[in-house]
Amino acid sequence: MDPVLDIQRLSIRYAGAPAPAVRDVSFTLGRERLGIVGESGSGKSTVGRAIMRLLDTAEITADRMQFEEVDLLNAPERKMLDVRGKRMSMILQDPKFSLNPIQRCGHQIAEAYRTHVRCSKSEARARAIAMLEQVHIRDPERVYDLYPHEVSGGMGQRVMIAMMLLTDPDLVIADEPTSALDVTVRLQVLRILDGLVRDKGIGLIMISHDLNLVRAFCDRVLIMYAGRVVEALDARDLDNAQHPYSRGLLAAQPRIGGTREPLPVLARQDSWLEPLEAQA
Amino acid sequence: MRLDRRRLNGIAEQGVSIFVTLFGLLILTFVIGRIMPVDPVRAIVGEDATREVYENVYRQLGLDKPMWQQFLLYMRDVVTLDFGTSIRTGQPVLQDIARVLPATIELATFAILIGAGLGTPLGVIAAVNKDRWPDQLIRVISLMGHSMPIFWTGMIALLVFYANLGWVGGSGRMSQFYIGLVPERTNFLLIDSALAGEWEVFRSAINHIILPAALLGYSSSAYITRMTRSFMLDQLGQEYVTTARVKGLSRRQTVWRHAFGNIRVQLVTIVALAYGALLEGAVLIETVFAWPGFGQYLTSNLLIGDMNAVMTCVLIVGVIFIGLNILSDILYRVFDPRTR
Repeated sequence: MDPVLDIQRLSIRYAGAPAPAVRDVSFTLGRERLGIVGESGSGKSTVGRAIMRLLDTAEITADRMQFEEVDLLNAPERKMLDVRGKRMSMILQDPKFSLNPIQRCGHQIAEAYRTHVRCSKSEARARAIAMLEQVHIRDPERVYDLYPHEVSGGMGQRVMIAMMLLTDPDLVIADEPTSALDVTVRLQVLRILDGLVRDKGIGLIMISHDLNLVRAFCDRVLIMYAGRVVEALDARDLDNAQHPYSRGLLAAQPRIGGTREPLPVLARQDSWLEPLEAQA
Repeated sequence: MRLDRRRLNGIAEQGVSIFVTLFGLLILTFVIGRIMPVDPVRAIVGEDATREVYENVYRQLGLDKPMWQQFLLYMRDVVTLDFGTSIRTGQPVLQDIARVLPATIELATFAILIGAGLGTPLGVIAAVNKDRWPDQLIRVISLMGHSMPIFWTGMIALLVFYANLGWVGGSGRMSQFYIGLVPERTNFLLIDSALAGEWEVFRSAINHIILPAALLGYSSSAYITRMTRSFMLDQLGQEYVTTARVKGLSRRQTVWRHAFGNIRVQLVTIVALAYGALLEGAVLIETVFAWPGFGQYLTSNLLIGDMNAVMTCVLIVGVIFIGLNILSDILYRVFDPRTR
C-alpha cells in the first residue's frame, strides 16, 4: 500500500532563529501508528505543525513532503484548506486551551463537519452527536450544549477527538493528547483514540514524551533529539534502543518497585547529534 | 435565561452595589460643594451686599445648620430632582441640563459609533498583519489621532471642510436659519426634527454634527485601535485558534468566528470607557464648534463658581459612569458564558 505520508530530509527554521529547529528528518507513514518521542524542544511538535502547514512564518525545506497525492511543500493555501480538517487533522494537548471558551462544545464539533461537507445544521448536529457517542460520552445531547468550562479535562479531550475524527481523516497527528489529563483518565482517553484509529484505519502520529505510552500504543517509534531523528525502531524493541540518548531516556525513567536512589541524569555529549548509524 | 435563585441573588447583589456607589457619589459631590474655595453666598449676593442680606441668604441656603442636616437636605433635594438654580443662567439647573446634555449625548454617540466602527476593524487588521505594512500604516494613523491636539485639528478641519470645500456645516448644531423652527421635545435635535417631519433641519443637523463627531471619533478610535490590536494579538496566540485552523477554517474565518468573539468582553470595557469620556463633554471641541453641550456648561460654571450647577454636573457624570458599568456587566454576561 502507498504510504499516507512521505517525508524526506525535512528541515524547519523559525523566522529570526539562528539555527533550524528541525533538520533532516525523514520518515514514511502507512496506516499505522507512529510515535515521536523526545524531550521538550526536540522539535517533535514542530514536525507535526509543519505537516499541517500551520507554521506561516517558518522556513521549511525538504527533498520530499508528500501527503497522499498532495505535495505539502508547494500546495497553495486554498488546497490546504481543503486538506486540513478533512483528510488530516490534529489533536492538541490541553482542552482547556484548545477549545474555544465561548462556543458550545457541540457547535465546535459540528463546525468541523460543516466546514467540509455541505449540509443542514440539523444534519451536522446529528453527526456531531453520533460522534460524541463514539467517543463514549453517555449523554451526548446534553454535552453538545455544554461550554468547554463546564466539562472535565477527560471529557474535553474526547470532544477534541470527536471534532478531529468526525470527517474520517486519513492522518491524525496527536500532539501530546494526554499530558494535560489526570492520570486516571489518560488510559481511558487513549483507548478511545486507539480504538477509533484502528477501526477507521487512520494513520496516526503520536507525539509524546511518555515512553511507556508510545510503547503501548504505537507500532513504530522515532526518537528525536535537538531537532534530529537519532533513532527509529519498532515500538516493541524500544527497550533495546541503541542510541546513547535513547538509552539515557530509558534509564531516566522511574520504576514502580524500583530502588529509591536518585534517577540518572542525561550527561549530554556532542556526539549524540549523530544518528544511530554513525554511532560506533 | 431562567430566573433561578442564583441569578436573583446576583441581581440583588448588583442592586446593593449600585446603591452604595450612588450614596458614595452623593457624599463626594456634597463634599466638593463644601470644600471648594467658593463662597456660595457671595456668589449669589455679590460683592457689595450688606451684612444683613448676606446672613439672610446664608440661612436660606441652610448653611447655619450642622453638616449632617445639610447633607440630609441635599439628599432630599437630589431625590426630588431639585438641583436649585444656576446663578449664571438664572434658570433651574435641571432645565439647563436638559438642554445641554442631549446635545452632548448626540455628539458623543455619533463619535463613539465612528470611533468603534473604525477602530475595531483597524485594530483587528493590524493584529492579523502584525509588523507588515498594514500594521505599520495603521499604527501611524492611530498615533496621529493620539498626538494631534483636538482644538487644532478642529480648527484646521473647519477651515478645510467648511470654509474651503463647503462639504459640511459650520459651527453650532444647525444653521442659524433653522433655529427655533423645531419644537423642543427631547432636545435631541435629530430626534426632534425627525418627529416634527422637518427633514431639512434634520439634514442641517447631520451636516453640523458630522465634522466634530468625526474628529472626536478619530481621536477615540486611536485608543480603540491600539487596544483592539493588543487584545487580538493575545487571542491569536491561543491554542483554540490553532484548533480552528486545523479544522480547515480560513484565516479570515478563524479571526472573525473564533478570535474576535473572545475579545468582545474586553472591547466592551474600553468602548464604554471611551464613550463615558466623550459624555463628560469635550470642552475643546465644543468650544471650537460652538456646540452648546455639557462640557462647555460644566466648564463655564466651574470657572465662576456656580456650585449648584457644578455639583449637579459632577453627579451626572458619576451616574453616567455607573450606568455604563452596569451596561458592560450585562454585555459581559451576553458575550462570555463563563460569567453566567
